[in-house]
Amino acid sequence: MKILVCISNVPDTTTKITFTDNNTQFNTNGVQFILNPYDEIALSRAIELTEGGKGTVTVINVGEVSTEATIRKALAIGADDAVRINAKPHDAWFVAYQIAQYAKQNAFDLILTGRESIDYNGSKVAGMLGELLDIPSVSIIKKLDVDGDKAIVEREIEGGKEVLVIPFPFVAGTAEGVAEPKIPNMRGIMSARTKPLNVIEPVEVKTSSEIISYETPAPRGQVKLVPADDSGKLIGLLHTEARVI
Amino acid sequence: MPVLIYAENAEGKFKKSIFEAVSYARAIADQTNTNLVAISIGDVSADQLGALGKYGAEKVLNVSNAQLKNFVNQAYASVIAAAAKKEGADIVVLSNSFSGRGLAPRIAVKLEAGVADGAVSLPEISGDKFTVKKTAFSGKAFATVQLTSANKVIALVPNSYQVVEKAAAGTVEDFSVENKESDFKAMVKEIVRSTDKVSLPDAEIVVSGGRGLKGPENWGMVEELADLLGAATACSKPVSDAGWRPHSEHVGQTGIAVSPNLYIAIGISGAIQHLAGISSSKVIVAINKDPEAPIFKVADYGIVGDAFEVVPQLIAAVKEYKASA
Repeated sequence: MKILVCISNVPDTTTKITFTDNNTQFNTNGVQFILNPYDEIALSRAIELTEGGKGTVTVINVGEVSTEATIRKALAIGADDAVRINAKPHDAWFVAYQIAQYAKQNAFDLILTGRESIDYNGSKVAGMLGELLDIPSVSIIKKLDVDGDKAIVEREIEGGKEVLVIPFPFVAGTAEGVAEPKIPNMRGIMSARTKPLNVIEPVEVKTSSEIISYETPAPRGQVKLVPADDSGKLIGLLHTEARVI
Repeated sequence: MPVLIYAENAEGKFKKSIFEAVSYARAIADQTNTNLVAISIGDVSADQLGALGKYGAEKVLNVSNAQLKNFVNQAYASVIAAAAKKEGADIVVLSNSFSGRGLAPRIAVKLEAGVADGAVSLPEISGDKFTVKKTAFSGKAFATVQLTSANKVIALVPNSYQVVEKAAAGTVEDFSVENKESDFKAMVKEIVRSTDKVSLPDAEIVVSGGRGLKGPENWGMVEELADLLGAATACSKPVSDAGWRPHSEHVGQTGIAVSPNLYIAIGISGAIQHLAGISSSKVIVAINKDPEAPIFKVADYGIVGDAFEVVPQLIAAVKEYKASA
């Protein structure tokens, strides 16, 4: 089985998000970038599914040279090889289009993405890839098992789950539950340095969206404390003052 | 050119989040002086379809055939895109639900449309400039995105726009599309719904527990409080990582972002990743032993105390309030 895992390079989850240039640019100053946590789950499941010579895992990233540390991390976790499409990931459409061109030339049985990247939270690349490649896509999955030429996939729905049977090839966006994130071991870290990382140039494509500004949530007021021995009073406040119950 | 709203049903019924999306789409249609067309796919009663007119749809396209009874991402996307083309709609609105998030990108590719997923307010339209505010950095910020394509797809976050009644004709028409065979490769085998519980992404009130609750055996009081309030239950990451609660309840940057009217955090200290996931909540209540816990910095109401003493008092007070109401 040949698996392609799409990865992105995102600010660490502990990052305090700030902006510069009159709130038009994300302030990367002092920010630690990591492999998107949901992509880590996708990669970990891909490695599990191909372990013991049952296939190969290629990771692909659309990004500039600065993302290579994250790509090497994916190789250290256990991907066999990597591709970097040398471009700024302008928007989901741009990214999906680039990856689709690569995927068309290299028949993959399964393409995984994280359910969303923790920076722009779009969860669009999986669906766009599915459409561009004319194969099924499933957006937010909690489980993926292989059953011959098909996969049994559990998808999250409001208040429950849906179990799907999907023939390969298809695209899926992974959420928690699909796999435990793998941690690179020393051998993985050593071998990551010599595993192939191919850099290819992007193809031209018209983009369809542009972020023009950012803002942070409005600061909240001072907390109103209710004494612990009179906790019941809170319910009255939520009813009469906050009007939420 | 009209606006098209996809009215997703859950077991034949439209949820509040769908009426929010219809109201939102109606407001966009008003902004651009055009009509609103709704599309429903699956088994939905005439009564339910009629409700779409109540919130401003002039026309309702009803797609009802056995093949499309269950949600199939590819097939539904084909139907919705075909409806947009037939109606000449240049804006397609969906709810940012689990299914909506799967559909939006596929529809966008078919219509060569830019997508504003996670939209939280009405677009600003001036001349050719079309911008929408959306969530970013998992709740730590908002981004204003400009859609530069002729066609546009917008997915609205539940509980971020008010339901507004605005009666329109709501004329129901049957609509059908010849789907490609390849649209049905993925097949639904089983749907499991816990009907007795409020679903977390839709919930107006969320009662959430953290490590301060010490173990899964202590969730009884969280569930009791949630039941009394008609709330969904949730938890912090360490709790789902420890297997005390399912991953689907994990609220935070790498779990689910919620935007309820009321979020009650019990025994949750408030790590930055958790705060990201709850930042869109309208009112936050924190109950924690540690007065220095970061959760109090974002809370509107707080109780510094032991959850095991505080929560039973809250339960008693809610019972009393409900008895008197």
